[in-house]
Amino acid sequence: MTLTFIIDALVTVIGITTPILLAASGELVVEKSGVINLGVEGMMLVGTIAGFAVTFETGNPWLGILVATLAGATAATIFAVLVLSLGANQVATGLALTIFGIGLSSLIGSNYVGIAIDPVESPFPDALANDSFWRVIFGHSPFVYFAIVLVLAIGWFINKTRAGLVLRAVGENDLSAHSIGYPVIAIRYAAVAFGGAIAGIAGADFSMVISPLWAEQMTAGRGWIALALVVFAGWRAGRLLAGAYFFGVLMALELYAKASGHAIFPSQFWAAMPYLIAVIVLALISSRDGKDGKAPACLGKPFIPNG
Amino acid sequence: MTKFTRRDFVKAVGAASALPLLGASAQAAEPFKVGFIFLGPVGDYGWTWAHDKGRREMEAALGGAVKTTYVENVKEDASAIPILRDLARQGNKLIFATSFGYMDQVLEVAKEFPDVRFEHCTGFKRAANVSTYNSRFHEGRAVTGTIAGKVSKSGVIGYLGSFKIPEVVMGVNAFTLAAQAVNPKIQTKLVMIDSWFDPAKETAATETLANLGCDVIATHTDSPAPLQFCQKKGIFGFGQGADMSKFAPKAHLTAIEDIWGPHYTARVKAAIAGTWKSEDFWDGIKEGAVKVSAYNASLAQDAQDAANKVIEGYKAGSYDVFTGPIYDQGGALKVKEGQKMGLGDLATIDWYVKGIQSA
Repeated sequence: MTLTFIIDALVTVIGITTPILLAASGELVVEKSGVINLGVEGMMLVGTIAGFAVTFETGNPWLGILVATLAGATAATIFAVLVLSLGANQVATGLALTIFGIGLSSLIGSNYVGIAIDPVESPFPDALANDSFWRVIFGHSPFVYFAIVLVLAIGWFINKTRAGLVLRAVGENDLSAHSIGYPVIAIRYAAVAFGGAIAGIAGADFSMVISPLWAEQMTAGRGWIALALVVFAGWRAGRLLAGAYFFGVLMALELYAKASGHAIFPSQFWAAMPYLIAVIVLALISSRDGKDGKAPACLGKPFIPNG
Repeated sequence: MTKFTRRDFVKAVGAASALPLLGASAQAAEPFKVGFIFLGPVGDYGWTWAHDKGRREMEAALGGAVKTTYVENVKEDASAIPILRDLARQGNKLIFATSFGYMDQVLEVAKEFPDVRFEHCTGFKRAANVSTYNSRFHEGRAVTGTIAGKVSKSGVIGYLGSFKIPEVVMGVNAFTLAAQAVNPKIQTKLVMIDSWFDPAKETAATETLANLGCDVIATHTDSPAPLQFCQKKGIFGFGQGADMSKFAPKAHLTAIEDIWGPHYTARVKAAIAGTWKSEDFWDGIKEGAVKVSAYNASLAQDAQDAANKVIEGYKAGSYDVFTGPIYDQGGALKVKEGQKMGLGDLATIDWYVKGIQSA
């Protein structure tokens, strides 16, 4: 196993991990505020088509990313109106948002089937980005660097800042937060919109970097993996980063094992492995005492101020 | 044309039950209703896209005589049963089920609706009202394999598969045998990704194969994503189901195009005329069901000549890639010198030929 080979494999891992890491980071903030939005897949798809369509029409990928962000946030805001202002059930509304996102993206995307755009490439000079060694650090799209910076920033925000403390308070005990004067609903609106914006960016990663084309449902269920990852990480940013890369390594390992002819395990086992490990880790987390890895206490519950 | 997603469909069936009351006096001659269930979205630009293209061609050919309904994203599990049932109840008299995994579900529903005719694509089980139809895609893969054998410098070719089903197994076998016919040293690395459509995983698998030394990568999954990666990496690939050259102008050597329109038109016509009966169709290059796209301008003349020879051979009936001697991966002789594999053997094939590395 040569160094080049390891670097090539790492590049694959980083590529497939990034959209999952992004979407999960956004959802982490949403869930920390006490809201569960199961519409990640739908919001991603809205971002996927928005990013692609705008980049294709204008030739400007940055504008594409911006519109993907806004599209994800808009989809999330529709969800927020339903669950936060109108008191709709969060689980049902989130599932509906996924179906809505699939349908809307397919509708808009029907004009974009069979078209390709240029992929968004590394912001660094070619000499570094294409170097057989340095490409492991410099050879990625801006999405990769943004995802890592974002998850670290979210960890810092939640744990080290006053605003993060307020966010946690809203998620852990909305009535107390309300009684000392914090605007619970407004904070949740902001968190949900933020999660949607990031899901939109995650979606754009698919249609602008990974495979620069539009095809219906091209996120292929990654939104659900992102949701599982938040639970898997015990609602902690550091573990979310580690967990996302762990999933990415597993996916790449499966492909390398198959391609090199040493399956190690049967194909079906590889396909089931991420879920198997998720179940084991969840069992381990729930069997441990203490505040470690617990869901925010108000997760999924509507906020009904008393008086 | 009516377009439904699987979830809309459940709702729509409820609403549609009120329609007959309104429409009773609308038309004297009702159009013949034809249903389709699709595996992927019609916008996949691959397998489902090609079937939908066939459906649209059939609709255009028959005009007002026919009305089609399709349901996309139908899973290959028990959930296909109620969808097939609903299509039958809605008055569709001929229903096409366009993926291998619908086989037993089609047979089950066909038993409940003896006056509805069904056609199952790529399967091998039939009944009085169930036909099967397939294309000899492996003929196209013999052409692309020939080109891959000529183009590959490393002698190692990648092959991206979906599942280990006969359709995929015969495809990679035909591809490898044809490549070995022009370069006996060819090795094929096969990766099954356990999905027909997942652009991110298809890209990652293509990247993996390229990292392991493959310089030509063929696909038996449905999106153009692998070709885009080949283009970026400066290696070569083939379109799957449709000409995908615009996704990868340099990497796209040629494509195997699925042409379903003539079959759909002929079968719907037969059903309307009352001459439809249960049959097994298996058309190929000769009948025009499998088409090889224009070659990339950069493809060397001798590779083009070798590929044309295979195409002409299939048209004339003088060439068959599954002609012995054929050995399996372990080196055991499976087909003796001079003998050929029949379509029946191919329809249930579950072993790989020598030179394929699989896990």
